[in-house]
Amino acid sequence: MKSMAQLLHEHPFFNGMNESHLDFIAGCGENHIYNAGEYIARENEPADHFFLIRDGQVAVECFVPNYGALCLQTLHNGDIFGWSWLFPPYLWTFDARAVDEVHAIRLDGKCLREKCETDTEMGYELVKRFSRIVTQRLRATRMQLMDVYSLQRPPLDRGQ
Amino acid sequence: MIPTLFRIDERREEYTGTFTLQIRPESTNRPAPFAPGQFNMLYAFGAGEVPISMSGSPADDDSYAHTIRSHGLATQALARLKPGEVIGVRGPFGCGWPLEAAAGREILIIAGGLGLAPLRPLVYSLLGGCQRAARVRLFYGARRPQELLYRRELERWESEHGKGNLELTVTVDQADSGWRGRVGVITQPLEAAHIDGQCTVAFLCGPEVMMRFCIQTLLGKGVPESAIYLSMERNMKCATGLCGHCQWGPNFVCKDGPVFRYGSVQSWFNLRAL
Repeated sequence: MKSMAQLLHEHPFFNGMNESHLDFIAGCGENHIYNAGEYIARENEPADHFFLIRDGQVAVECFVPNYGALCLQTLHNGDIFGWSWLFPPYLWTFDARAVDEVHAIRLDGKCLREKCETDTEMGYELVKRFSRIVTQRLRATRMQLMDVYSLQRPPLDRGQ
Repeated sequence: MIPTLFRIDERREEYTGTFTLQIRPESTNRPAPFAPGQFNMLYAFGAGEVPISMSGSPADDDSYAHTIRSHGLATQALARLKPGEVIGVRGPFGCGWPLEAAAGREILIIAGGLGLAPLRPLVYSLLGGCQRAARVRLFYGARRPQELLYRRELERWESEHGKGNLELTVTVDQADSGWRGRVGVITQPLEAAHIDGQCTVAFLCGPEVMMRFCIQTLLGKGVPESAIYLSMERNMKCATGLCGHCQWGPNFVCKDGPVFRYGSVQSWFNLRAL
């Protein structure tokens, strides 16, 4: 069985990270299994963790009154999610629900946040890596907002 | 240039406003063979003629299939037709997908919305073993689960995934909690996929803006410009390169396309005025 440090080592997110930082982060991590339908995060609740999905699918949702849960995106094996632990007010901004059984590494963001305040080199490294995820998700969200398929004409057809 | 009469054998509603016509020649002659990626001009009498891609199997030598979105006058007229009624057909026209480029390579088929229709004949050809590709992956993005084309076929392709025929990834931009598949734009699973750029050939069809983002992702993964093929859409009238309506840079989409190699058209593709 692989150790937490090995698991993190193999993930592209942590690729090239300083060994001592990685060991510290590994010390903040634990394996966790979420059942299908279980909420991993709830909007407005304290965001003290972030997650690395090892297996399964997670739906990022927003509850819409008189409608129900609206799925904004799904996340899958290898995805990292949760950056609310890094920025005040440290509250989740959306719900995250396990669509099926999810095996994830749960990392203690609160502990890391405190460490980052004193070890700014590690803090900067983590912020850079999370910023990359944030920009990727922002780009995807912009594309989603464009609703590209609604503008599409039939193949090769000008619709005369 | 004179349309041949074809009778509608079957009309299938894919989803609201989008339907597939299966058509067969009135005469006893077999329809002309076609290559995946080619198109026909379909003539709804009294309404007009529209270019529509082939969406059936090239191995079907009795009939053609066309998937059409009811949008303008001609396509609305086509939408009103019932099995047994007759349309005019000219074609097949244009240059299709370069199947020979698939031999021994890892194939990425990237379809957005109705863009799956012109790619379906390519999928049939590859699954039929027309060229021995090392691996075939289909990424299909749609607006909503209700707007997925060929649902039953997708489910079959999905269930045959384990048999190594085709690896299918479907994602939708919007869905409610009843949908258990992926939600998110098509570039996300593409970004997450392991792609060996030097061994890969990509075939794309969908809205131009979607293809642009997908091409950026592919280039970022090391897929060369010369290994990316895309199907373009412009205002086509004559379908033979004479009228000039579909001129795109130095190309006529009807005659030189609709399938182009990205490496040879990238300067036109990235020019906003065209």
